[in-house]
Amino acid sequence: MDFAMIFFILVGALSVGAAVGVVTSKIAVHSALFLLVHFATLAILYVTLNAQFLAAAQVIIYAGGIVILILFVIMLIGSGPMETRAAYRSWVPYAGLALGILMLAGVSLTLLQAPATPIDPEANQGGVPIVIGLTLYSQNILLVQLAAILLLVALIGALLLARRPKPEESPTSNLRS
Amino acid sequence: MNSADLQLNLHPVLPELLMVATAAVVMILDMFNRKGKAPTRALLPWVALVGVLVTAAASIWLIGQPVSSFQGMAINDARAQALNLVVLAGAALTVLLSIRYIPNVNRQTGEYYALILLVSTGMMAMGSATDLMALFLALETFSLGLYILAGLNRTDRRSNEAAMKYFLLGAFASAFFVYGAAYVYGATGSTRFDLIANALFDGQADPSLLAIGVTLLIAGFGFKVSLVPFHMWTPDVYQGSPTPVTAFMSVGTKAAAFAAFYRLFAFALPSEQATWGPVLGALAILTMTLGNLAALRQSSLKRLLAYSSIAHAGYILVGLATATSAGIDGALFYLISYAFMNMGAFAVIILLERQGEMDALGNRLNGLARRHPQVAMLMSIFMFSLAGVPPFAGFFGKFFVFAAAVSGGYSWLAAVAMLNSAIGAYYYLRIVVNMYFAEPTEETRIEPQQASIPLAFALGVSAVFTVALGVLPSLWTNLVQSGALNLVAMR
Repeated sequence: MDFAMIFFILVGALSVGAAVGVVTSKIAVHSALFLLVHFATLAILYVTLNAQFLAAAQVIIYAGGIVILILFVIMLIGSGPMETRAAYRSWVPYAGLALGILMLAGVSLTLLQAPATPIDPEANQGGVPIVIGLTLYSQNILLVQLAAILLLVALIGALLLARRPKPEESPTSNLRS
Repeated sequence: MNSADLQLNLHPVLPELLMVATAAVVMILDMFNRKGKAPTRALLPWVALVGVLVTAAASIWLIGQPVSSFQGMAINDARAQALNLVVLAGAALTVLLSIRYIPNVNRQTGEYYALILLVSTGMMAMGSATDLMALFLALETFSLGLYILAGLNRTDRRSNEAAMKYFLLGAFASAFFVYGAAYVYGATGSTRFDLIANALFDGQADPSLLAIGVTLLIAGFGFKVSLVPFHMWTPDVYQGSPTPVTAFMSVGTKAAAFAAFYRLFAFALPSEQATWGPVLGALAILTMTLGNLAALRQSSLKRLLAYSSIAHAGYILVGLATATSAGIDGALFYLISYAFMNMGAFAVIILLERQGEMDALGNRLNGLARRHPQVAMLMSIFMFSLAGVPPFAGFFGKFFVFAAAVSGGYSWLAAVAMLNSAIGAYYYLRIVVNMYFAEPTEETRIEPQQASIPLAFALGVSAVFTVALGVLPSLWTNLVQSGALNLVAMR
């Protein structure tokens, strides 16, 4: 067993353990922190697969963005231990477990049945930032620009909806029926 | 990859670039309003208007020079420019309608005009996109902007409801669209329309995956143009949104989504026409019948126009279902005439509204001819045109589309559509009858603060084009077909 394999098993075990922690933890903040660990270990696995861009995106978007968002939500709605345990008593978690196992079986089967053709070298370096950057800013430049406009619209929209109108600026009062 | 592979031709997106630039100018100008008096705020709509008109000029200039670019992701053929003109006509009239109206609804007019411009950009990009990813991004750009514009009146409960409903259902529709796009990619191995078509011609595509994908794509588009059975949101959102936004939504969304419909089916799936033609025909029948029947029973003018817009979506779909060149050009003519007549009708609704009300009941039109003969006359023009009465633009819209259906072997579809026009004529002409023959009531009046010179100008422009396109439809058809001829010559 070489070093890469040992490393993979260690990080993978940590990742799975963190995922279990997310589901079983009773305190919402702990779940969020477990999720952070899970995302970080996934990013490490991506690096070992030569997908540095994906790893960076994983850290920036999931660990940086989504987890912070989840923490914000927890902060806003309160973070006490879960009161109701109705969900645990019902069939929902078992159904979820069954679906998860089904999904795992499906993915494993597909991977095992996949023909052992050598991987296209170009596809194999697909995760290296320079390749992604070249593709993104040459072939897909239109998409990058469109996405930029989309984000601009979202930004302006958020500003329009979130900014509280000043008292003297509030629209005519008879709008409230 | 070296720079020689880069096929970077900015021609196809010149109109979009101009619009984004105008939006940026509007936002920068708006920055100078923050302290003290507002010296630039009054300028913003006019800057937006000039930007829209310059873009329209660029679009007309581009009609003669079709180019496909961005590695086949965008095309600027004559139809893309024609669609741009429809959207720009809608945007320009919306700006005119907004000048008096929007400051009463929300004081942040800088963001409002910037959003109108950016939403138009998304709609225009949708008309020139020939790639599923570009199509999706354009779709999201204009949808996201419209969700926000629908909820512009934050103190009005119905406006909030409209925004929320539109957003939630729209998010579902987007999910359907992406899911469908993923299936089509899985079936054909590409998101580019020409490569999808090639894969289909070579018989490499998986038919069941493709069928699922296309069905989901139709559901996604169907929501945007409010085809039955994806129309549920339309009346509530139309009623709750500020009226200029409603007008813009009805014209622009229809134009953009139908253009994308056409691109997808004619460019990516031409080999499957025998399958999707009848499906779209059936959807068209459902849509126009339900729209017209529901419109018969509405007392709110905005809800009436909402159901009428559903019915018109059905008529336009007739042109797409036939999939002939005449059908597509007919649908485009329908879209431009719908832009003017519908904008005009919404302008009259704005006149009939009371301060801060955002809707008007139909009984306010009773006897309008006696109190405000000019407004009644203009409204009659728009109603006759919407009903499809001959000397107006709406007649030729219907004529081109139905004639294309008959010659394209869809006579049954044309027959049902004509029957539907008769139902539709009933509620449009009822409005005219009420304006001229009913007694004026307490409600029949136009409050002076609703009227403004820009609004009167918008009314006039709409009426002039509604009549001009009805008398001389070649004004438009020559423009579009000159480009089409060039396209043929290039191949």
